[in-house]
Amino acid sequence: MANKLIKQMGLPKSIANIFTARNIITAKDALSHTEFELMELLDVDKEEVTSAMAHVSEVVCPPCQTALLLLEQRVRNETLAGHLPTHLKGLDEALCGGIPFGVLTELVGPAGIGKTQFCLKLSLLASLPASCGGLDGRVIYIDIESKFRSKRLIEIGINSFPEIFLKKGMAQEMAGRILVLRPTSLSEFAESLYQIKVSLLQQQVKLLIIDSMAALVLGEHECGTSRQQALGVHVSFIKSLAEFSRIPVILTNQVRSQFGDESRMYSFQAQSRSTIKDNPATYDSHLVAALGINWAHAVTIRLVLEARSGQRFIKLAKSPISPPLAFPFKITSSGVVLLDDDGIEMKGSEINTIQCQGLSLSSLAVNSMEYVLCTKNT
Amino acid sequence: MEVGMLPISASKRGKLLAAGYTSLDAIARTSASLLARDIEVSDSEACEIQNLAAKAGALETPNGTHTTVVGGGQTAWDMLNDEKFSSYITTSCVDLDNILGGGIKCKDVTEIGGVPGIGKTQIGIQLAVNVQIPQGYGGLGGKAIYIDTEGSFMVERVLQIAEACIEDMAEYSNHFHKDFQACEVKMHPNNILENIFYFRVCSYTEQIALINYLDKFIMENKDVKIIIVDSVTFHFRQDFDDMALRTRLLSEMALKLMKLAKKFCLAVVMLNQVTTKFIEGSFQLTLALGDSWSHSCTNRIILFWNGNERHAFIDKSPSLKSASAPYSVTSRGIRNSISSCKRIKMM
Repeated sequence: MANKLIKQMGLPKSIANIFTARNIITAKDALSHTEFELMELLDVDKEEVTSAMAHVSEVVCPPCQTALLLLEQRVRNETLAGHLPTHLKGLDEALCGGIPFGVLTELVGPAGIGKTQFCLKLSLLASLPASCGGLDGRVIYIDIESKFRSKRLIEIGINSFPEIFLKKGMAQEMAGRILVLRPTSLSEFAESLYQIKVSLLQQQVKLLIIDSMAALVLGEHECGTSRQQALGVHVSFIKSLAEFSRIPVILTNQVRSQFGDESRMYSFQAQSRSTIKDNPATYDSHLVAALGINWAHAVTIRLVLEARSGQRFIKLAKSPISPPLAFPFKITSSGVVLLDDDGIEMKGSEINTIQCQGLSLSSLAVNSMEYVLCTKNT
Repeated sequence: MEVGMLPISASKRGKLLAAGYTSLDAIARTSASLLARDIEVSDSEACEIQNLAAKAGALETPNGTHTTVVGGGQTAWDMLNDEKFSSYITTSCVDLDNILGGGIKCKDVTEIGGVPGIGKTQIGIQLAVNVQIPQGYGGLGGKAIYIDTEGSFMVERVLQIAEACIEDMAEYSNHFHKDFQACEVKMHPNNILENIFYFRVCSYTEQIALINYLDKFIMENKDVKIIIVDSVTFHFRQDFDDMALRTRLLSEMALKLMKLAKKFCLAVVMLNQVTTKFIEGSFQLTLALGDSWSHSCTNRIILFWNGNERHAFIDKSPSLKSASAPYSVTSRGIRNSISSCKRIKMM
């Protein structure tokens, strides 16, 4: 809408021509100036500028919907009311049915916690036929860290849905619906994104996974504004992609360690901070999401995967629909499995923290999918 | 007022001055046709200029009544009387309402910011529902405009909050009136959803266009009592290289919103994101969009984690004292913090 030509908006010919003559071609050009600047630039009266801009604005402005209409549309048009069920009962209930369509869902957690396992499971679920609770569509899996293992994918499939995957030819069909892309640079990634946009609707793509967003951006950019900007452009694009094609988008994020917790305070909290400073304990390093706060604002749902004293938890850290719940889980041959469907409600800010305690002990045991495969073979 | 201040194009202004029309008086005294010939414009345009000059001149000359020295002004006494009748939209959290003096105030622009997941969108949705509480229940019985720039508006959640709100109203009338059945039939969650006008904005251009268009929209849809922008930041943070232009556009937008707030007597709530800033040798959190933006809003509320509780802090307000209050986000929406509930019960 923003790139609509001013000429085609039905403005009076005389004023439309003035806009064109001053090289203000699209609505974006016009709206990027204040009214006063336009008055000077176009050399016309204030009244004319105001009325012209009011007209341009009305044409460009997005349509109005009532929330009721929105709800009715969702219920009518979409399978499962716009959610991809994760088949993890507790999580699905908390999320009102699963991963919602049209928004970005982020998985963040330390290495080896099970982010990729979760992604593999979800890509299977999206490709399953509708009769088994899937979306019966294709999946695009952007695998930046080269962690995608088809063998593990099939294994998860056989163990979770034996009735489908043991049928002849079905494993091939299911796996055939998952398209893995491996861009090596940010520019390559951007290019494939634009290609995806075209094919999303034609190809019946029902899920987009990017594993991991952090690896892509951190690899190329120094910390700072250039990274923020590079990321920002892509975030807006991925968001619009999710929205217009109404598909769920899963992104993973890494963690990094940070010392002290000053950067989590506002200046008006300075007093409390000075008391904390006396306490040496806060100088311990703790884990934070690798992509910063700007990114965290952009995702709609954030799931934190963490380990506390050897137990893995999946936490609903940010979600506009769900209470802050934590679910203990383990990784088995059939992928991520919840140990408890009720979850533990976490009222406080610990819902946002990322812990990695005792994972090292068990990570050797469950982290690598190779291990799981080995145990099966022996 | 001088000729230079007339709202006409630069070239006409230049011609006027070149032809010797240096005062408004000079323009007013000449005839339209003479003016047209002097500055080489059509008769109708000359007429227009004369009208504008006459209007500007009328503003300048004091007009009899001694109360208004300058046109369009209002005395502090009148403003005080106006403020007595100003209305508030409850946040559903009593503690928060208390420090805000009753809730989010109409005719004001309020900015609410905080870290991801603290509950900004939740407050936004809660306000969009609460504005519709009928007058009989101490509400405004208005409608809401929700401008979503981030795509985080969840209808399912609105439905939850709306249902909880209606339950609360039923309980309220159960306590105080006995005619609650009549009221209960009137309000249905669908009615609440119907009165939330939702706009999904996908670029900063659309955001500006929409704000321009709102004036007309509100004229057509009376009873809009709140505009929620969730968030004002997102698009302006993503694709902008020219920071000076960003500041100009943002402040123009803020002014337009302020104008809407005054004109239609409605509340404007802008949600903002946070960023880290290097102050005094350490990184601190601060609301996004920079320092010049922080002047644009009348009130500024920052949401933050205080230990294990969510708190709201009044960072800036011309009339309220700076204070903080705990709140919590429950499945029914924004409510009092649990610990403060316990305190009240103990007393």
